[in-house]
Amino acid sequence: MTPLNEVDGRAIPLGLKNIDTDVIIPAHWLKTTSREGMGKGAFEGLRADPANLFDNPPYQGAPILIAGDNFGCGSSREHAAWALGDLGIRVVIAPSYSDIFSGNAVKNGILPVVLPQAAIDRLMEVAATDPVHIDLENQTVTTMFQDRFTFDIDPFRKMCLLEGLDEISLTEKSDAAIGDYEQKLDAERPWMRPAA
Amino acid sequence: MTRPRTLYEKIWDAHVVEQRPDGTALIFIDRHLVHEVTSPQAFAGLRASGRIVRRPDLTLAVPDHNLPTTARRDASGHRLPIADAESAAQLAALEKNAPEFGIRYIDAVAPEQGIVHVVGPEQGFSLPGTTIVCGDSHTACHGGIGALAFGIGTSEVEHVLATQTLLLQPSKAMEVRVEGEVGPGVSAKDIILHITGTIGAAGGTGHVIEYTGSAIRSLSIEGRLTISNMAIEGGARAGLIAPDETTFEYLKGRPYAPKGADWDAAVAYWKSLTTDPGATYDKVVVIDAADIAPSVTWGTSPEDVVPITGVVPDPASFADPSKQVAAAKSLAYMGLEPGTRMQDVPVENIFIGSCTNSRIEDMRAAAAVIKGRKKAANVKWAIVVPGSGLVKAQAEAEGLDRIFTDAGLEWREPGCSACLAMNPDKVPAGERCASTSNRNFVGRQGPGSRTHLVSPAMAAAAAVTGRLTDVRELIA
Ligand code: SF4
Repeated sequence: MTPLNEVDGRAIPLGLKNIDTDVIIPAHWLKTTSREGMGKGAFEGLRADPANLFDNPPYQGAPILIAGDNFGCGSSREHAAWALGDLGIRVVIAPSYSDIFSGNAVKNGILPVVLPQAAIDRLMEVAATDPVHIDLENQTVTTMFQDRFTFDIDPFRKMCLLEGLDEISLTEKSDAAIGDYEQKLDAERPWMRPAA
Repeated sequence: MTRPRTLYEKIWDAHVVEQRPDGTALIFIDRHLVHEVTSPQAFAGLRASGRIVRRPDLTLAVPDHNLPTTARRDASGHRLPIADAESAAQLAALEKNAPEFGIRYIDAVAPEQGIVHVVGPEQGFSLPGTTIVCGDSHTACHGGIGALAFGIGTSEVEHVLATQTLLLQPSKAMEVRVEGEVGPGVSAKDIILHITGTIGAAGGTGHVIEYTGSAIRSLSIEGRLTISNMAIEGGARAGLIAPDETTFEYLKGRPYAPKGADWDAAVAYWKSLTTDPGATYDKVVVIDAADIAPSVTWGTSPEDVVPITGVVPDPASFADPSKQVAAAKSLAYMGLEPGTRMQDVPVENIFIGSCTNSRIEDMRAAAAVIKGRKKAANVKWAIVVPGSGLVKAQAEAEGLDRIFTDAGLEWREPGCSACLAMNPDKVPAGERCASTSNRNFVGRQGPGSRTHLVSPAMAAAAAVTGRLTDVRELIA
């Protein structure tokens, strides 16, 4: 996974609330057995409008997306994160996310920044004309107009993003603890194993 | 004495493999359900890194999402190919991956095949007090039997296959208590639609919702699975209903359920799975069952719920300005005008199925309304899709299939079908569907499709009249 620390670039001022994963990547894009090339399907419905933001030259390949409340709600499809990543998005900024989406985002090297609506409104203004700067190490979103917003992030997620860590290798360090748990479970609740 | 705990905390605590200082915990996963859509990349990942499946015995795979629901064998019993190349490739990948990694597999033509969330409880693979994951957000469904079950993405599928654990942040606990008795014609689906309308699509974000109260306790397991299925529509990670005699009765004798002395030990343990008196929830919502009418959605968010006796709301009536914008967009997409009576909305398509409502009780509820009646002339497409081969066989033994086909509805093979537009069952652009599924998102049932979420009885009523209909008028 590509490590992520500072991201500087144009931010797509989408702004809409409740952007669900069907909007991010429609279901017919799910029928693949690989992960690449999904950016083509990202926001397909919105991009059917020739005046859409995503294909508007200043925003093409923009690394940041600004959205409203409850971004990524709906189906658990990780394809949503793959599609965003393939579109070139490294950071999403929104007041809230669905739990599943924010987990999927981090696992795919995308930073979900949570900021209050007032900050979002201000960044939407800036994004119309100028770039936005994200600094994960210092947990800030800044603009060239002296705006400075700080955000919270789970320390583990932060470390994974900064170091580009693969979670399975991290968990494999706990192999002994998992083995102990399995033994204890077999001893205390042997009926937990499927009977057939 | 130990601190009083919620049901959620009890299940969580029993699964902590390793507590991390940052508040996350490595959680053991008791059951992993796998289907053809979200697993190919996970197996490919395992193969690429030379990893194996740690606990194949705790993993069960079954195809459901993109299998066509038309006949799977020809007249001489040969398996028919799947026309869509990508669907066929995903199915082929699962058929190859399951034996290669040694996991349990129910194939596309097995009598037990069905939607993962129907198959899990039906086979007794899903048990109370277990942690269950699946690469599908409606995994919350299994909360209906008291399992902590939630949807995961493909990276997590790979993580669980490799380690049988997930690193998780504990959720908050929310109680939704529904007290009293529901009126005639009001089903579990109406209860959960009403709840979703009340708490909103983000009302449960960051929480696991435990459904309590007499209206929940008196539901069958089928009804409880319907409720918990849609926990995610209220923004929650999972739903939970404490197991009780109804649950034990349902599970006893199922293929993977404990047997003999193991059964007794299991029941004794399951009986401890209730929220302790004095335990506190982070959020509580109380609903009076008497307030719940047969319900229907008007928009493109599952929170857009009104009683069937209601009208399409005016976007200006919402306090939140962004909801006003969203509602106006929804209405434009849905082709609806504010003030229109829901009962005056014609529907051309009917879908009775999905992991929300495709169990035997749902089939019976729909058949009871359809019986002796005919599909309305303006209804072009009406399909009934049982949730599993076992539900299908049971329904056929009861003659329900004939009731549907005599009325002009189609009786299909089990699968996800028109719940999501991934297989040939789709709703045409611009057309409406009275659907028993769980999501009314833009394009969910096909590009441009307009979904109205309803109960099986309400979908059956709409099939008969050709418009959204108050089922109470037909069963009076
Ligand atoms: S029926 Fe729909 S919600 Fe249920 S598992 Fe299938 S696709 Fe998911």
